[in-house]
Amino acid sequence: MARTHIDTDVLIIGAGGAGMAAALSAAEAGARVLLVDRSLIGRGGATVMAQMTVAVALGEEQPDSVAAHFADTMAAGRGLCDARLAAIVCQDGPAAIRRLDAWHVGWARHQDGRIRQAHAPGHDRPRCVYVDFLATGPAVSRTLRAQVQRQGNAIRRIGDLFVTDLVVNEGKAAGAVGFSLADGRPVSIAAPAVIIATGGLTRLYRRNSASANMGGDGYALALRAGAELLDMEFVQFFPIGHLAPRMIGMDPIMWDPFRYKLGGRLLNGQGREFLDEYGMPEDGRYVVTRDKATYVILKEVAAGRGSPSGGAWLSFRHVPEADLRAAFGPVIDRLAANGIDLTKNDIEVSPIAHYHMGGIRVTPELETRIDNLFAAGEAVGGSNGANRLSGNAITEALVFGHRAGQIAAERASGGAAWPEAAAQSRLDLVTAGTGQQTENPAALIVELQALMADRVGPFRTGPALQLALAGIDGLRTRLGDIPSGHPGSYDQSRLDWFDLRNMLLVAEAVTLAALSRTESRGAHQREDHPGLDEAWTLNQNLALDGNRLHLTRIAVPATAPELAA
Amino acid sequence: MTETSILLIQRGRHGEIPRWERFEIPYEPGQSVLDGIRQIRASTDPSLAIRFSCINANACKECMIRVDAKVVYACMCRLEPREMRLQPLASKKLVRDLVTEIAPPDEILG
Ligand SMILES: Cc1cc2nc3c(=O)[nH]c(=O)nc-3n(C[C@H](O)[C@H](O)[C@H](O)COP(=O)(O)OP(=O)(O)OC[C@H]3O[C@@H](n4cnc5c(N)ncnc54)[C@H](O)[C@@H]3O)c2cc1C
Ligand code: FES
Repeated sequence: MARTHIDTDVLIIGAGGAGMAAALSAAEAGARVLLVDRSLIGRGGATVMAQMTVAVALGEEQPDSVAAHFADTMAAGRGLCDARLAAIVCQDGPAAIRRLDAWHVGWARHQDGRIRQAHAPGHDRPRCVYVDFLATGPAVSRTLRAQVQRQGNAIRRIGDLFVTDLVVNEGKAAGAVGFSLADGRPVSIAAPAVIIATGGLTRLYRRNSASANMGGDGYALALRAGAELLDMEFVQFFPIGHLAPRMIGMDPIMWDPFRYKLGGRLLNGQGREFLDEYGMPEDGRYVVTRDKATYVILKEVAAGRGSPSGGAWLSFRHVPEADLRAAFGPVIDRLAANGIDLTKNDIEVSPIAHYHMGGIRVTPELETRIDNLFAAGEAVGGSNGANRLSGNAITEALVFGHRAGQIAAERASGGAAWPEAAAQSRLDLVTAGTGQQTENPAALIVELQALMADRVGPFRTGPALQLALAGIDGLRTRLGDIPSGHPGSYDQSRLDWFDLRNMLLVAEAVTLAALSRTESRGAHQREDHPGLDEAWTLNQNLALDGNRLHLTRIAVPATAPELAA
Repeated sequence: MTETSILLIQRGRHGEIPRWERFEIPYEPGQSVLDGIRQIRASTDPSLAIRFSCINANACKECMIRVDAKVVYACMCRLEPREMRLQPLASKKLVRDLVTEIAPPDEILG
């Protein structure tokens, strides 16, 4: 099948919040932009699914400062944040939120016009803006997409385009290759600057809040291109993911905003509040951070005090119906359609994989060690350290996207030649096919998810992590080196093959880093190495050396610039 | 006794004569039609094609198909312990099986 070749100045891979923000700033700086996504533009990733809040020191609810937001971010990261990146998130956040406001995103407001800011766990004051009801992500996505569309030809958008590999020439980004899902056609894209905005990796786990496109493609792309990954062991589990009863049309993290607004009570299988037994009293407020809450819920389950489906109960039965309705209006009806009346029924919750703190290692210019190869959004590692503060992820996507787009546009001037020779082997894989199928890659993905959940979940031990590495190896052998079938129209099982190829590499990166870090800190908990070890106030760096992942320990980058108090 | 759902699914690529295939899966209350299709893909036939991203949240709006001739989101339509007929959207160009071309024309590779 004939290949399609496209030339552009800035190639952006992934059209979530980070990718769309990058497209806008790169186009504004005068670059020709190509924005591609394996799914449809603006719909495939976490951004459109986010329901809750965006953290930013606007000072509309009560006085606030960038320095205070930064202090909370650093504290949540437990010593491992790259302070330079965290400072950029906090400093550039207000402008990003006001830009969206000017584009009519619809931030919830007080009667007097001030933007409402909710108080989320880990923040020292109300700081988190949102769009009612549970509509933050869709509103942000829609707003950015409308702006992107308004740029006309300056931003070319192509959906259903799966990027399989980056192309690098003499240490410098040169573009990417992939295939069109609609017909399997190979595609090459020449671009002197490339931004990876592919989001996170939580699809690696059995229970997750991920979309189908969040198997960690960007991390695998970066590794194979010669870039490095940072602190891959830090996967954030969201403590109160919906567990039972099965519902449709509701995101599994939906209970978080309920807890922000209404408190709610977390009960064990015996109907007893238990957070205070672990020294974390709630007093009816939602203050315990995600890593700690995950820990105690799983401890209760392990002690035989879980709810029937293996989690904890969440109860709002003490909240008057009028308050429920005032806070969540139409969502109460959606719950009713699922047979749930919160004034009568408790629901079951348990930790689910939700966000990835680790990611691609970048400079404060968001550049990897490959020249002109940038990363933005959740794909980036370092700004959140060992644990992310709630609400910081969308801010990070918007801020890093905007910044990466600007810088990439500057770098893209002058163009670059397409290195056909360097691209060849990567294109060969796109067109290769065994013609047959011995293993079902969709089933292998389910196996990998179970393996990661059971052996590389929130609680880890050396022996279990070793078993995970062996399991990953076994799955890799079963997957083989050549994609199954032939390129063709919407061949989803071939897509599964390419997905698993990436997921296995990324799963190995997470597991190796987890095995190496012999301490417990934030989202990384080693049962055989309890407690934080000061000597481990280090970042872990991973790079591909031939086919092998090579891990090194590096000092946490030095302190941030002065911030306005 | 465990109940079963029978999914009759219209299959085939653009330009081919559509064919019907029959899949039987165990019925579990509360599940969606998309859950059923994902189960078929992982257990028996990974070549079965359907477009979806968000799975639960009804946020991506990508999974629109016809169930018993009615247009629905596969992730919002409840699986039932009976025979259900699944078809691609009639108003959009067919790509393969349940996948149709739903993106705006200027967001397609072409
Ligand atoms: C359910 C849910 C709720 C959340 N709620 C909140 C919240 O309330 N507040 C908050 O701050 N954070 C929240 N988060 C986290 C936050 O939404 C994400 O971290 C953030 O939106 C990531 O934005 P992004 O642009 O980096 O990635 P995404 O929005 O995930 O976009 C990545 C895009 O890249 C595409 N892509 C991936 N691989 C490829 C490839 N190989 N080729 C082409 N395209 C590719 C994907 O299809 C996707 O469209 C939530 C996350 C989830 C999952
Ligand atoms: S899968 Fe996203 S709306 Fe159905």
